[in-house]
Amino acid sequence: MIGVELVKLVRSRRTWATIALIDALPALVAVLLAVTDLGPRPGTGPAFLSAVLTDGTLFPLAALGIVLPLFLPIAVAITAGEAIAGEAQQGTLRYMLVRPVGRTRLLGAKLVAVMAFVVLTVLVVAVTAYVLGILLLGNEHVAGTGVASVSGSSLSTQELVGRTFLALGYAMLCMLGVAAVALFLSTVTESPLGAALGTLALLVASTLLLTLDAADPLRPYLLTRYWLAFVDLFRDPILWRDVLRGVLLQGVYVVVFLGAAWANFMTKDITD
Amino acid sequence: MIRTEGLTKRFGAITAVDAIDLDVHEGDVYGFLGANGSGKTTTVRILLGLVLATSGRAELLGEEMPSAGRRVLPEVGALVEGPAAYPHLSGRRNLALFDAMGPGGERATRRGRVADSLERVGLGGVDDRPVRAYSLGMRQRLGLAAALLRQPRLLVLDEPTNGLDPQGIQEIRELLLDLNRAGTTVFLSSHLLGEIEQMCTRVGVLDRGRLVLQAELDELRRPTGRVEVHTPDVEAVRSLLDGVVEEYDAQRLLIREHDPAALNARLVRAGVRVTMLGVERRTLEEVVLAATTESADHFGVGS
Repeated sequence: MIGVELVKLVRSRRTWATIALIDALPALVAVLLAVTDLGPRPGTGPAFLSAVLTDGTLFPLAALGIVLPLFLPIAVAITAGEAIAGEAQQGTLRYMLVRPVGRTRLLGAKLVAVMAFVVLTVLVVAVTAYVLGILLLGNEHVAGTGVASVSGSSLSTQELVGRTFLALGYAMLCMLGVAAVALFLSTVTESPLGAALGTLALLVASTLLLTLDAADPLRPYLLTRYWLAFVDLFRDPILWRDVLRGVLLQGVYVVVFLGAAWANFMTKDITD
Repeated sequence: MIRTEGLTKRFGAITAVDAIDLDVHEGDVYGFLGANGSGKTTTVRILLGLVLATSGRAELLGEEMPSAGRRVLPEVGALVEGPAAYPHLSGRRNLALFDAMGPGGERATRRGRVADSLERVGLGGVDDRPVRAYSLGMRQRLGLAAALLRQPRLLVLDEPTNGLDPQGIQEIRELLLDLNRAGTTVFLSSHLLGEIEQMCTRVGVLDRGRLVLQAELDELRRPTGRVEVHTPDVEAVRSLLDGVVEEYDAQRLLIREHDPAALNARLVRAGVRVTMLGVERRTLEEVVLAATTESADHFGVGS
């Protein structure tokens, strides 16, 4: 069943259109930087953006920093919101279930497909950014002296690669949290748009409450509270506190919402 | 093949299916007849494990549903409330995808199974256009092809001839009768009396969620013990057969008589001109109308 879902993902024109759209923003940023040569001052703006003017090979990291906080969650909310509700709306859900595909299996396959979409997107964005970075941006490769960490000391290439993978893993977990919420809503409503918008509403509400002092007691439990903690992975030494709390919080969201999605879907009357 | 006991489904305050006891035997072409909104589709969905019953039991191929779904459903082909497919893919690719889902879809033989199914429903020569561009009739055929992929022992079909033209309906009817002769049990749900009357060996009639009738079609349509005579000489017949004429109008009489041949001979001997003579049978329509109340989508004052 996972294979079928992956084939559907890869063969869908929308998948590639979404990825192209997501990819367009960092590409635009690269072109703008190359043309104007105006980077944000170190410490302001998206992470690593100031460094890429001197070293273009860092641009993949900067591109992910641009895409992760907003674009990717939107795409994940839409893809996962579509998962069950989209099949229901199309009428194909009932034919899958009488084939028969077990409901748990179907839910699992859908989740895997959504995460495959995330990996695919991250991969495309990273590769495009790498190529653009080398072609358009600074190529004073400073690998020998090491790259400056967010804290100011320098990191070796090996350290940088390791931490990049850690950061990617952390970002995946954050997206898994979004996917779990969207998948749950997708089993509740028969409208894929409703499920996606519901998830986005939760994300927006969470982001908004984070800026509100009166919401202080809620903050540690908000879905997006620790999303940007991946920057801490590039401090020297790594500042684990927020990252670990983030992992724990996302874990709770994933377990609770996937559990709710499963419980709801198992006992749901398919009447579309 | 299908057996239910006291099957009931309530959606909130509405009882969609009310204590139904279905009994479909192996080899039947079973007509499940009912007006729109009478609960046919909900019953079909419960049988296939899509909707969970509020109370009662349902058995498919001798095993309890929905718990035995994994074992039973691979041997069941279904068309539920219209066909569905991925609109951006071709019919062939859609079937390949559905074939890859669930048990029994070996990759090596997939192409053959898909081609066979398409051939059976008359889509063998279809090109690679996406399903989005299919006509309603083509979609219906594709839905049937998907139901036939695993050569099922039981076909559960909800309104299978929907959207087909008269030739198409004839073709699908022939296909289903062929499959039935080869041993497939067919459970056909429809609101079209004519369709059921032409194909089915047994019928169940659903009215507002209740099964009001379940019997062999031949039994429902057995002779009523009367003979119908068409003649221009109605008065002559009435005076000849005083006492056994039960009903008559300007050119038709209903006569209580078991032997139509003897009656015919007697009329002809008396010089009565007979244009038509035959045993009276109740039509399925009369049986169904007698068993059901008013239409389910009729909302009259005080009803």
